Amino acid sequence: MRLNCPLCGDRDLREFTYYGASVYADRPEGGWSEAWDDLLHLRDNPAGETNDLWYHELGCSAWIEVSRNTVTHAISDTRLLAERKPAAKGAKA
Amino acid sequence: MRYSGLSVLKEGLFGNKGWKPVWREPEPKAEYDIIIIGGGGHGLATAYYLAKNHGLTNIAVLEKGYLGSGNVGRNTTIVRANYFLPGNSEFYSHSLKLWEGLERDLNYNVMHSQRGIINLFHSDGQRDAFARRGNAMVNQGDDAELLDREGVRRLVPYLDFEQTRFPIYGGLYHRRGGTARHDAVAWGFARGADQRGVDLIQNCEVTGIDIVDGRVTGVQTTRGAIRAKKVGIIAAGRSGQVAAMAGMRLPIESHILQAYVTEGLKPVIDHVVTYGMGHFYISQSDKGGLVFGGDLDFYASYAARGNLPMLEHVMEAGMTLMPMIGKAKILRTWGGIVDMTPDGSPIIDKTDVGGLYIDCGWNYGGFKATPASGWCMAHLIATGEPHEVARRFRLDRFRTGHLLDEEGTGSQHNLH
Ligand SMILES: Cc1cc2nc3c(=O)[nH]c(=O)nc-3n(C[C@H](O)[C@H](O)[C@H](O)COP(=O)(O)OP(=O)(O)OC[C@H]3O[C@@H](n4cnc5c(N)ncnc54)[C@H](O)[C@@H]3O)c2cc1C
Ligand SMILES: [Zn+2]
Repeated sequence: MRLNCPLCGDRDLREFTYYGASVYADRPEGGWSEAWDDLLHLRDNPAGETNDLWYHELGCSAWIEVSRNTVTHAISDTRLLAERKPAAKGAKA
Repeated sequence: MRYSGLSVLKEGLFGNKGWKPVWREPEPKAEYDIIIIGGGGHGLATAYYLAKNHGLTNIAVLEKGYLGSGNVGRNTTIVRANYFLPGNSEFYSHSLKLWEGLERDLNYNVMHSQRGIINLFHSDGQRDAFARRGNAMVNQGDDAELLDREGVRRLVPYLDFEQTRFPIYGGLYHRRGGTARHDAVAWGFARGADQRGVDLIQNCEVTGIDIVDGRVTGVQTTRGAIRAKKVGIIAAGRSGQVAAMAGMRLPIESHILQAYVTEGLKPVIDHVVTYGMGHFYISQSDKGGLVFGGDLDFYASYAARGNLPMLEHVMEAGMTLMPMIGKAKILRTWGGIVDMTPDGSPIIDKTDVGGLYIDCGWNYGGFKATPASGWCMAHLIATGEPHEVARRFRLDRFRTGHLLDEEGTGSQHNLH
């Protein structure tokens, strides 16, 4: 499996660190609330299409959102987290 | 039919023509008292102990594939009780005691082999941590011995002790740890449950969970609707999806864990050896294959196969630790979908839906838990109360902060 970093191009999987569904980037405001339980623990965990958060740790240090299929491992698209699709942002899909 | 040395001898003499199918293949009834979703090790053990310990037998186990087609037949078969935290410690201790009587109890050879486990350590700090863990094991009533380097060398002289990456300082030796034949565990529990009247229904995927006024009333399946008073979700890597049928969102991310086996060799590795620093562990099966594995692939996955980087990493670690295995040929590699929780510990609890129970979150260590998980889940379903050795495996512990983070790696599913 290779990931296409928008800045560095096609790179070996081992350069990246995985952080789960990209909603992980949407930190709740303020102190403890149920929203933190949601963020830290609960997962949609879909079998199929998902938007993941990866960090190009051994490359340019960019945070990347990856559209990926958890059943086939096929990667359909990658983008910088900063340029996230509005639909994906905050969505629980 | 009871198995015995005599029956094996007799069948051997008469061409093995007298063996009967080990379980029935019943059609699903319209209604059961209890339905178990998932015919893996834990689901079958739960059905078995519901019947044996609680006298409940109007039960169906619904399995979407064949019995034992999930992780119970894909794991690397290590059985141990070397946990540290209160909550985990008493549970795995209970499980190991059940293992020690399992073959007699089931009248089935699960090839439980207490060959001993050696967890290697490679620094003073790690030695301290292992000494502390060993003390916790002894305090729990289980066994642990701290070996120095020479002690390890006496047991497993073939390791590369002077390797530059992680020189070996010693090991924590757990004599009662070992392995078992994974498929046989599924078959043994299946046979025991079937003999007590439990219906084992294969090729029956649950597609919906029926809930009326906050209580479960049955399930929808690929073989029609089946009513039930109580339902247990015991679906390992697929737990999230089954729970979603009841409107639940679980603290679980499904990940891929790979394992590898070589061609059969003469006996060479007598113990289970784990090399945590290098992400590698190994044992030798009774057929002679070297069975080994490492860490997760680290990304969420429902594919029962992994990627090459982890394979390469595991091979490298194996070669660092025991160069002698370098010429063994890999026969097969595979993967299983494991249900990772944010603290690395499991869940055995009721849900907010009346009559609906869940047993999940076994991460990559649920094989050794099979008897105790079944025992405690059966207790919960039968009595409505958690069993005393599983009372901390609560579904709400993440929200309330009562985590059981054995490795202390924090709230990230793939780090446990
Ligand atoms: C490579 C690997 C190595 C491992 N090594 C070890 C080890 O050395 N020691 C150890 O203790 N543990 C180990 N484990 C972990 C252990 O295998 C699991 O934690 C344990 O098997 C999970 O419980 P189970 O046996 O009930 O799961 P499974 O056998 O996966 O059972 C779940 C069942 O539910 C069924 N199911 C799912 N959805 C549905 C549905 N909708 N309808 C009907 N049925 C459904 C599945 O088909 C499956 O048969 C390992 C796991 C892997 C993958
Ligand atoms: Zn990059």
